[in-house]
Amino acid sequence: MTSVNDAPIAVSPLSDDEFHDIQNEVAKRNKQKLTLPRVVLQGFLITMALIWLVPVGTAVYNSFRNYATDTQVNGAFAPPETLTLENYRTAFRVGEMSSTFLNTAIIVIPALFITLFLSSMVAFACTRFSWKFNILFLVLFTAGNLMPQQVMFQPLVQFFSRVPWPDFLSAVDSGSLAGTKASVILVHIAFQIGFCTFVLANYMKTIPKELGEAAAVDGAGVARQYFQVVLPLTRPALAALATLEFTWLYNDFFWGSVLINRGAERPITSSISVLNGAYATDFNLIAAASIMIALPTLIVYLALQKQFIGGLTLGANKG
Amino acid sequence: MSASLRAESELMAAPRKGRRRRSTALTKSDKIWLSLMVGIPATIHILLVWIPALATVVLSFMEWDNLLPIGEAQPVGFRNYWVIFTIFDTNLFPAMFNNFMLVAFLFVCSAVGMLFAYLLDKNIRGSAIYQSIYYFPVVLSLAVVGFIWKSTMFSRDSGLLNTLWPGGRIDFVGDSTKVFQFDLPFLDFPLGLSRNFAALLLAMAWRHIGYVMVLYLAGLKAVDPGLREASAIDGANEVQTFRNVVFPSLKPINVVVAVITVIEALRAYDIVAALNEQRGTEVMGTIVTNALVGEGGGRVGIGSAYGVVLLLLCLAFIIWYVTNHYREGEKA
Repeated sequence: MTSVNDAPIAVSPLSDDEFHDIQNEVAKRNKQKLTLPRVVLQGFLITMALIWLVPVGTAVYNSFRNYATDTQVNGAFAPPETLTLENYRTAFRVGEMSSTFLNTAIIVIPALFITLFLSSMVAFACTRFSWKFNILFLVLFTAGNLMPQQVMFQPLVQFFSRVPWPDFLSAVDSGSLAGTKASVILVHIAFQIGFCTFVLANYMKTIPKELGEAAAVDGAGVARQYFQVVLPLTRPALAALATLEFTWLYNDFFWGSVLINRGAERPITSSISVLNGAYATDFNLIAAASIMIALPTLIVYLALQKQFIGGLTLGANKG
Repeated sequence: MSASLRAESELMAAPRKGRRRRSTALTKSDKIWLSLMVGIPATIHILLVWIPALATVVLSFMEWDNLLPIGEAQPVGFRNYWVIFTIFDTNLFPAMFNNFMLVAFLFVCSAVGMLFAYLLDKNIRGSAIYQSIYYFPVVLSLAVVGFIWKSTMFSRDSGLLNTLWPGGRIDFVGDSTKVFQFDLPFLDFPLGLSRNFAALLLAMAWRHIGYVMVLYLAGLKAVDPGLREASAIDGANEVQTFRNVVFPSLKPINVVVAVITVIEALRAYDIVAALNEQRGTEVMGTIVTNALVGEGGGRVGIGSAYGVVLLLLCLAFIIWYVTNHYREGEKA
């Protein structure tokens, strides 16, 4: 590998760009070289990939078949007797998905934006300025995000039932926050601030301090430094986090099911257990419901894969 | 812990203070902005995360039916803990055992995730496609993962696990027969891994391996290729290079993965609660919730005591991780 690299360098001095081009070319050529270990490796990876696709692939296929008369009798891999959308129609109706999808949107969108806004402010204040407790606050947020959620839930229910909340803002006439979507939004914000602050603080540490200081010398106050200097530079991290947080909030099962009692008021992921009751043994119906629920996050993942993985690795790597 | 962290933060702060004095001191409005920027999020976070956690600790020393006003709660000392840790309670130990099985199993999965990352890092054809395939289950909710596996893998008549299983047909959702079990001297029932929880472990592995793989892929990209080359020139084979050069330089990722693995295993809830099987699959998260709502509703003291046990298990790892992260951050 190095000998291929050395030859052109000896002929003429290369610019960085040309050097990278050659490196890429070499990498490409190495990729195409077929040796026995490479073949074994490819074989292993393909096998694993197929295994990985089996649960979802089978679910997609069988969601278009009737369970009792077809899959149960002929097996999951048999050619279909008929292909039908009936499972999707039934699951959509029984799961009240037109309202539960809407509930999810009502919960996830505000929770996402408020969380990112608030946590970027904390991260800004804790990393760009030093004051007595800034590390303590970061520790508190990081630790809070890792706490088991079941432990907070009983006191939170008590707390929400004591906070007055006008009935016209919710479909639940309790006069308090108990059972409302607003309570779920609040809990999401409180929990996710932890992770987002952690990630954004790591990211903001890498933005040179001199930028803020230069703005300060020019007379920019803290607010302007935040809105006009640091926030625009943090945009890549915010985009990555937004993608990741969208799927996490969308996928929330616990809070949606314990804070909201009425089925039709619940977000989509929490409402899935409705189908486990009456239709527990119609496995193809369950498959159809799962696929409908999974679809939005899968689309976001396929469209924004880079952002998604960026968000995760931002959380893992220290800035 | 907080005292030592504070001391360190002051050490850090010293040189910066000097620098700031050279530029512009904070004006009054700056200070108001800063305190709002931290104050509002911190209030929400502390009010809805830390205070409820403390309240649960207090409630675990009380006896209270949550239908009665909170004033009726009676302090009972350690009685709730005495109840859950002795023969009067049959929930805690099976749940804890399942959580520990999950911790151990997910650690194995993390190792598999690292292996996948290592193989994919070898600059092979189709690497991006493999990554996408191994990774996609991570974007699904564990509740949905549970349902997908229930629909295609677990069922008695058409489930694919049954085609692989050598014995007779088994309903992997509901069958709580133990795969293995053992007796503990202070319990009058055996502990063990049930078939339906073993099936759930597989479904969780499907999601966990991709997650860990992505974290390690990022870590491997950051390993200095010069180090690997030097190791190869010194005559180390691939295994030696990995063990002595690559693995040690992955330490920050190892810490993150260890924390994610343990915390995910201890907090497991969604997949168990969504499938809602009464026997065999209970974990700490579900026994806490079931004691507070649902059939056993009103046992707030007992439920809170379960919760505190779970909280302490998690906190041990949280404290280890947080001190690790912020101490190294200070040094950098």
